[in-house]
Amino acid sequence: MTSTVTEQLAFLPGYLTAHLQLALSALLVGVLFSVPLGVLVAGRRWLEQPVLGIASVVQTVPGLALLAVMVPLLALAGLPSIGFLPAFLGLVLYSLLPILRNTVTGLATVDRACIEAARGVGMTPGQQLLRVELPLAMPVIIAGIRTATVWTVGTATLSTPVGATSLGNYIFSGLQTRNYTAVLVGCIACALLALTLDALVRLVAIGWSRRRRGMLSLALGCLTLLYAYAGITLVRDAFTSRTTPIAIGAKTFTEQYILSEILAGQIRRMTGRDVRVVQSLGSTVAFDALQSGEIDLYVEYSGTVWATIMQRPGQPSNRTEVLTEVTRFLRDDRGISVVGALGFENAYALGMRRDRAQQLRVRRIGDLATVAPTLAIGGDYEFFQRTEWQSIRDTYHLAFRTQRSMDPSLMYQAVSQGNVDVISAFSTDGRLAALDLVLLADDLGAIPPYDAIVLASARLQDQHPEVLTAIRTLRGSIDGDAMRRMNLAVDRDGQSPVQVARTFLDRLLKMQLGQ
Amino acid sequence: MIEVQALTRTFREVAAVRGVSFSVAPGELLVLVGGSGSGKTTTLKMINRLIEPTSGTVLIDGEDAASMAGHVLRRRIGYVFQKVGLFPHMTVVDNIATPLQLLNRDPARIRQRVAEVLELMELPPSLGSRYPAELSGGQQQRVGVARALAAEPRVMLLDEPFGALDPLTRDRLQQSFLDLRRRLGLTAVFVTHDMVEALLLADRIAVLNEGVLVQVGTPAELLRSPADDYVAQLLVTPRRQSRALDELLAGSAP
Repeated sequence: MTSTVTEQLAFLPGYLTAHLQLALSALLVGVLFSVPLGVLVAGRRWLEQPVLGIASVVQTVPGLALLAVMVPLLALAGLPSIGFLPAFLGLVLYSLLPILRNTVTGLATVDRACIEAARGVGMTPGQQLLRVELPLAMPVIIAGIRTATVWTVGTATLSTPVGATSLGNYIFSGLQTRNYTAVLVGCIACALLALTLDALVRLVAIGWSRRRRGMLSLALGCLTLLYAYAGITLVRDAFTSRTTPIAIGAKTFTEQYILSEILAGQIRRMTGRDVRVVQSLGSTVAFDALQSGEIDLYVEYSGTVWATIMQRPGQPSNRTEVLTEVTRFLRDDRGISVVGALGFENAYALGMRRDRAQQLRVRRIGDLATVAPTLAIGGDYEFFQRTEWQSIRDTYHLAFRTQRSMDPSLMYQAVSQGNVDVISAFSTDGRLAALDLVLLADDLGAIPPYDAIVLASARLQDQHPEVLTAIRTLRGSIDGDAMRRMNLAVDRDGQSPVQVARTFLDRLLKMQLGQ
Repeated sequence: MIEVQALTRTFREVAAVRGVSFSVAPGELLVLVGGSGSGKTTTLKMINRLIEPTSGTVLIDGEDAASMAGHVLRRRIGYVFQKVGLFPHMTVVDNIATPLQLLNRDPARIRQRVAEVLELMELPPSLGSRYPAELSGGQQQRVGVARALAAEPRVMLLDEPFGALDPLTRDRLQQSFLDLRRRLGLTAVFVTHDMVEALLLADRIAVLNEGVLVQVGTPAELLRSPADDYVAQLLVTPRRQSRALDELLAGSAP
């Protein structure tokens, strides 16, 4: 345990810095935007209610959705749609309401007699605001900033799926690779950061209202230092990311973490170029990011492109035909090249606990038809929306008693503990073996084939053909068993994806030298 | 010094003040008296345009008050509020210094002037670093008057300044104020609903009833020939109190 904690803590400086950059910049812009907006609308009832209403609506959007929706919006506007910008904008929107509402409330509660006195001694409206109204509203405004601080630091963990590094990397990758030490380290670091920033803002408030100069300048000094640190590192990162142009995406599950590290390792070994891995991207976020050239490479599955992006209905023919069609479609329609297939399939499949399947005498999906009305099925978030599910349901005439969407990391636990009877599993998932689950045969071919393929952006094809050459050496190098073993090494044995990737590449090199 | 000509103010078509005219001579103290809703505070606030008149003119030293920006006008006129209106987040010194800062006076002169008005208002210098919440009601209103005097205005407006104080403190402040305005030769308009206070302080009294000026005159003139029943009614209480006091004093005399 201690060694894994140490291992996780090695990521802390990077994650914490990125988290600070996001949260602090979002808060700064949030304050600079919301306080003036609050001043503008305060007391103008026709403006105040609509503006506060809009801010409240924004607040009711779940944090994850708010950040995720920035991706297509920014892409529409032709701006960088993954990484810092969408996370930053989402967080700014999220910080809006508490600061705005408290500014309006704070100004509304200033004693009318004081405002009249301010006019009476000859202040202009601007002087009234700066010398009297804002100072008197300040405790309430600061309370709003404190709320926004805690929310923003917490919500910033949701930046990971839109491609911005944060303490959320610990949580997302930890949940997927069943590394609960990582999850814990991420949560604790995030909580400590929120408490620290909250305490600093609170000290500013106390220093202000009790007129303790020392306390005020200490707290402001600490905040200034943190801002300076975040600002300097942000600028530095902006410059260095320009000189390391190759970015590899990874979706949010173990296999993707391992494969992204394998691609990265191979490129480093063969071209000496520096490579950056963008972890835990949402499924469609990864594809959009590749298309807009914000990442250069990632591993996709032919069936997913077939079903989700090409929107072809189920009942596909064989593996090669799907692969050929997908390759042609991506090249002609999207300018994306399929560098090659890695050699294994990671298909959607239905999985059950071995003893349960035996007890119900279920071996093929078709066997479920008669017992399904008494069973519960669990699926990941996308599964029940996907054409594959429609195809399975219609081909085998399945009607389950209940169907539940859940996080993929919890889905396996759920079936293993008997909370659901059947789940939508991935055929290479290490947790199948770890939890002794069996996959049901798709004898009627309702599910398309899912060859793992490496996709490369148009930019990479033009500017770095040597990188494509390096990736081509990986074609056909990983079979289904090899992938399952690697997933298991992470999910069950607690190795890190980086370690597993390194071991794989070492062995590959030996084999290639041996030949 | 102050010329008020046909001032009218309507709020949502209801006239709060209707065609009020009077003048205040240099160094004179005019007291505006009337019941609540008589328009006395509205009239006062129209002089420094805290409330803009619907129609009518105010001349200060012959200059039309409407000819300049409101805040410029108000910086020349001392104003004492009924609710004191000290800024709670500023020390006594900063409160008093505010009108001087607004006039961009030099900081050394501001410090000197603040010390002068503190002394003038019989406030110990040690009070300077306190905040309004740490002062008694009487001290707060002394600071309020000090702030109004800070910029050496030639005209002072006072809106029931002593109304919320206990009788003893009020009496002491009234005496300080009378003394002060004689020494400084202040021209002042003073609003009160208390006829006794009006009679004791005023050079002349202007009585308002339902937004209309009923009578203007010295206390003696009002007592001798009240213009109507309303004025007479206002004078009943002070007269009765005075008689009762005389009898008591006579009865207790040795």
